[in-house]
Amino acid sequence: MSWTLALPILMPFVTAALAFLLRNRRGSGWVSVAGSAVSLALAIQLLLAVLDHGVIATQMSAWAAPFGITLAADYLSAAMVLITAIISLAVAVWSMAEVGQISTRMGWHGLFQTLIGGVTGAFLTGDLFNLYVWFEVLLISSFGLLVIGGRRQAIDGAVKYVALNLISTVMFLCAAGLLYGATGTLNMADLRAAVAAHPDQGLMTVIAMMFMFGFGLKAAVFPLFFWLPASYHTPHYAVSAVFAGLLTKVGVYALIRVFTLIFVDDQGYTHGILLWIACLTMLTGVLGAAAQSDFRKILSFHIVSQIGYMVLGLALMTPLALAGAIFYLIHHIIVKANLFLVAGIARRLTGGSGLGAMGGLYRAAPLLAVLFLIPAFSLAGFPPLSGFWAKYVLVKASLDLGDWIVAGVALLTGLLTIYSMTKIWAEAFWKPHPDGREPALDRIPARPRALLLAPVVVLALMTVGIGLVPQPFLDFATTAAGQLLDPVLYVATVLGDRAP
Amino acid sequence: METVLAILSGVLTAAAVWLMLSGNLLRFLFGLLLLSNAVNLAIFAAGRLTEGAPPLLGAGGALPGHEMANSLPQALLLTAIVIGFGLFAFALALTIRAYRAFGHLEIDRMRLAEPEEDRQ
Repeated sequence: MSWTLALPILMPFVTAALAFLLRNRRGSGWVSVAGSAVSLALAIQLLLAVLDHGVIATQMSAWAAPFGITLAADYLSAAMVLITAIISLAVAVWSMAEVGQISTRMGWHGLFQTLIGGVTGAFLTGDLFNLYVWFEVLLISSFGLLVIGGRRQAIDGAVKYVALNLISTVMFLCAAGLLYGATGTLNMADLRAAVAAHPDQGLMTVIAMMFMFGFGLKAAVFPLFFWLPASYHTPHYAVSAVFAGLLTKVGVYALIRVFTLIFVDDQGYTHGILLWIACLTMLTGVLGAAAQSDFRKILSFHIVSQIGYMVLGLALMTPLALAGAIFYLIHHIIVKANLFLVAGIARRLTGGSGLGAMGGLYRAAPLLAVLFLIPAFSLAGFPPLSGFWAKYVLVKASLDLGDWIVAGVALLTGLLTIYSMTKIWAEAFWKPHPDGREPALDRIPARPRALLLAPVVVLALMTVGIGLVPQPFLDFATTAAGQLLDPVLYVATVLGDRAP
Repeated sequence: METVLAILSGVLTAAAVWLMLSGNLLRFLFGLLLLSNAVNLAIFAAGRLTEGAPPLLGAGGALPGHEMANSLPQALLLTAIVIGFGLFAFALALTIRAYRAFGHLEIDRMRLAEPEEDRQ
């Protein structure tokens, strides 16, 4: 058994246990920060191992491949684990200044780390049922994080979040069970050949659609996204940030994994539907954002529209498009988490989250204004930021296929994104504060101010860095896409001698 | 036997959908419970059912001569039952909190997070 693959999953759970035991001590948040830092080191080690070997896999308890639980990491998984660790560290530091004493005593940091553990596990597992279990781990932690503190609004959001996510879970479970009944295996690498060889391809497509529903709901695609704008603006800002960065992306990752590795035999049907879903998700999300007038609600609807871009890359299924989807995934996690962190600071300074109650930030806190503009412009796709390259690759991929309408929808969505970002800019930053308040950054004491600003600055620098030097990241995404489209190495590494 | 389970699973699903659409949070939860049991039965049946043929190895690890059910789906659904139980317990607790906070359980009236005046 290789520890390289197991440790990134174990570390958050060890941290969670420690953070929970020490939750009544002063500085228990530092346990969480330290654990996240170690997780980051482990994730880098994993990425280096993957860069060395292409794909690495290990069998839990040394049960041979299709029978035991496999952990596997290809380029995509390793990158996702690394980005999860980065967000985990950023939010852990940020939460030290923002998450209050009551929530800390209720075990906020422990729940946060189990959420990270669940997300990491979902990225690394090579077994469908195990993926279900990781989904449950991250789901129950996210339930806890949503309601901690018990504000009435959060309870209301949580009801919708819990109800709809449980339906998706049931559907995913049913699909996994039926797939096992039909093929006799749950190992994802083994399933590729087993699904292709199954005599009843119609049945396989039905099961594929059940997976699309289950993962699509988690990813918040049209028309299954309603739980997201109902709940993401209600919890702590730190919770919003980590949810916005990571949770829907687990759904997107699962969609990419399943629809590149397992269900690829009826692409005209499955990927055709995905293409429609992608376009409608982009449009409805951004139109929803345009109608909102609350900082976090606008950002929440933007998550939905951005998910559309990633699904678009998967639906087109060309090497360039998939590379674009992977690039987009990584860019989006950084940018979106960062925007929610900025929103948290803005609320703290202005005392409101509705745009009407905010204002004066540009004059009083110009640094925060810059830190908002970087991720906001990146999200809208301005050069030279990371979002420009992500959108450029996806639009080029759809133009290469002669899909003018799809490219048009993608560009239109970018334009409307700028519109709603302008709304936040004009209301929260440009206009004077309605109560004449001066929301300067030095209203926050020095220590929490450093804790709040450091993660935001680092994430913004990463966005700029990816934007200025996109080539290595694009190369990486292209290799990852190549591995997904032709998973010979993945299958051979997981199955060993049993590979077909 | 599979036919009976298939019909039962279908009836449970139908009842579940009816309950979930009724607009009351508690009924929704009961519907969800029925739905997850319908799925559990489906997984159980997916492992094939054989009567009186336990999947046990003979002396010296010899495979049994008769056809037998696959026991893995049963292990899967045991896991699923345990997980489902935990999630359901949380959902019930949340329902109680929601009732205390709002004084009712009608889903259509739970608009605190998304007030009507938001829709300009």
